Amino acid sequence: MTKNKVLKQTEIRKKRKSIKLSWGWFFTYSFMIGLVAFTALPLIYMVSTAFKPIDELFIYPPRFLVRKPTLTNFSNLLTALSSSEVPFTRYILNSVVTAVTTVVLTVIVSAMGAFSLVKYRPKGSDAMFKIILAALMFSPHVTQIPTYMVVNSLGMINRYSALIIPKIAVAYNFFLMKQFIEQMPDVLMEAARIDGANEWYLFWKIVMPSLKPAWATLVVFSFVANWNDYFSPLIFITSQAMKTLPLALQTIAGGLSIARAGAVGAATFLMTLPTIIIFTLMQARVMETMVHSGIKA
Amino acid sequence: MAVDMDVRTGEQTAHKTSFSSWRKSLKKREREITAYLFLAPFVILFTIFIIIPVAVSFGLSFTRYNMLESPVWIGLTNFKILLMDDDIFLIALKNTLVFAFITGPLGYIMSFMAAWVINQLKYKNAFALAFYAPSITSGIAMSVVWMYFFSGDRYGLINNILINLGFIVEPILWNMNEKTILPVVMIISVWMSMGTGFLVFLAGLQNVSRELYEAAAIDGIGSRFQELWYITLPLMKPQLLFGAINAIVGSFGVFDIAVSVAGIPSPNYAAHTIVAHLYDFAFIRFQMGYASAVSVCLFAITFVLGRVSMRLFSSED
Repeated sequence: MTKNKVLKQTEIRKKRKSIKLSWGWFFTYSFMIGLVAFTALPLIYMVSTAFKPIDELFIYPPRFLVRKPTLTNFSNLLTALSSSEVPFTRYILNSVVTAVTTVVLTVIVSAMGAFSLVKYRPKGSDAMFKIILAALMFSPHVTQIPTYMVVNSLGMINRYSALIIPKIAVAYNFFLMKQFIEQMPDVLMEAARIDGANEWYLFWKIVMPSLKPAWATLVVFSFVANWNDYFSPLIFITSQAMKTLPLALQTIAGGLSIARAGAVGAATFLMTLPTIIIFTLMQARVMETMVHSGIKA
Repeated sequence: MAVDMDVRTGEQTAHKTSFSSWRKSLKKREREITAYLFLAPFVILFTIFIIIPVAVSFGLSFTRYNMLESPVWIGLTNFKILLMDDDIFLIALKNTLVFAFITGPLGYIMSFMAAWVINQLKYKNAFALAFYAPSITSGIAMSVVWMYFFSGDRYGLINNILINLGFIVEPILWNMNEKTILPVVMIISVWMSMGTGFLVFLAGLQNVSRELYEAAAIDGIGSRFQELWYITLPLMKPQLLFGAINAIVGSFGVFDIAVSVAGIPSPNYAAHTIVAHLYDFAFIRFQMGYASAVSVCLFAITFVLGRVSMRLFSSED
C-alpha cells in the first residue's frame, strides 16, 4: 500500500469515527450496553463466586460481588475432594491429555489433507470437498450411534483414545484450513522446489509456518470444543477415574450440597480459565483466519 | 556457421526437453503419490467416523437392533412409531423446534448487530473478547453459574430481585416448573451461542473495502443503515451463510444445557430435545435401530435447513 493511500484511509477512518448523534445511534448504543451486560455479568459473577468465603456464599440477600476474596474454595476443591475416590486433579489430567492430543492431531491431519487438496488437486478432490461441505450441515450427534459401535468393537471404551481418535477428522476444521490455504501464494513453494526440496520438507518448513494463523485458529476452536465436550465422554466413559472435567463438574454440582458450593464455584472458574487464556493469546490470528471462513454457494 | 549453430542448439534443447520432461513426469508421479499420502489420514478417519456412520445410521433406522442380536429389517416401522405413536418424541420435536426457531435467529441477529457495532468502535479486540468469551465456556460450567441466578429459592438472584420489586410473592422454581424450564434453557443458550457467529461476522466486516463505502456515499447513500443494507450485507453473503449453518447445527443439537438445567428426563419432558431422545434410546435403552431413526430425523431437518440457507445466501446473482 502506498503512503498516500494509507493517509487517505486514515482520513476516511477518522471521518467514520465521528458519529452523528441520532435516534438510531442512541438505540444502537443502548442495545449494545444491554448486550454487553448480558454477556459479561454471568462471567463476572462466576469469577466473584470462586473467591467468595463460605459466609458470603450463603448470605441473605445474595450479593453479586465478593467482599473478602479468599482461595479457600480452591484448596477445598483440590484437597478436601481428594479424600473421595478420584481426586479432582485426575479429572484435570484426563481433560488436558485428551484435549491437547486431539488438538495436535487434528491440526496436523487437517493441514496435511487440506494442503494436498488445494495445492496438488488429486482426482476426486471436488467431490470430497462437496462431502465436507455437506458434513458441516449436520450435528455430530447424528453419527454417535455407529461411532459408538466402532469404538466399542475396537475396545476403546473407557480409554483416552475413545475421546481422541473419532474427533481428529472434523469437517469444520478441514473447511477452515482449506479456505485459508486457498489464498496462500505458490511462489514460496515453487522456489523451494527449484532448490530441490522434497514435498515432505516443503510441507513442514514452508507451508506450516505460513499457515500459522489457520492452525492457531484450529488450536483455539478444537481445544474449546474438546475441552468442553460433554456428549462423547458421556457415552464412551463409564469409569469414574477416566471422566473429564465437564462430567466431573456435573457430578460435583449435582444436588448442590451446601458444603460443596464453594468448591463448585472454584471448579467452574478453573474449567473456564484455559479456554479464555488460549483465545486471548491467539485472537489476532483467529480474526485473520475467519476472514476466509465464508461459504460461496 | 549461423545455421549450423542453430541446428546444434536446437538438437541440444530437444535432448534437454525430453530429459526434463522425463524428470517432470517423475516429479509429477512423486507429487501425486505425496498428494494421496497427505490426504490419507484425514480421508481414512473421516470415512470411518463420519461417512460410514451416517450411512450405517440410515441403514439401522430401518431395523430393530439391540447390539446383542443381529439387526432385523422392519422397514419403516421405526419412523411410523416415531411420528405417530411416540408422544415423547413429538414433545422433543416440538421443544427443539421452538428452541431452534427462537434462539437460532435471535442469537444470529444479535451477534450480527454486535459485530457491526463493535467493528466501528475503538478497542475492537477488547469488545470482541468480552462478547466472544461466553461461547468458549463450557455449557455444563455455565449452567451451574446460571443456576445461581435462577436458583429456586430466595437466594436466587432473579427471584430475589423479583420479590423485592414486588412482582412475585413466592420464589419461582425455575428449573422445575414446566413453564419456565425451556425459557431458562433458551436464555442460557442464546447467551452462549452468540459468539460463534459473531467472530465470523466481525472478520467479514473487516474485510469489506472502505472504498466501496466512499463510492456509495457519492451515489447518495447517506446513513449507516443504508450502507449496511445495500453494501455490507450483500458482500457478506458467504460469511452470513457460514454463520447460518453453524447456528442451525448448534441450535438443533441442544442437549447439554438442557440436561444440566433440568436433568434427564426433565420434569414432564419440558426440556426434552431430539438429542436427549436419541441419547435415551441409544445409550440408556440400547434400542439402536429406533435411536438411529431419531438421528435420521435430526439429520434431515438440519440438512434441509442448511440447503435452504444456501439458497437464501447464494452469492450467484
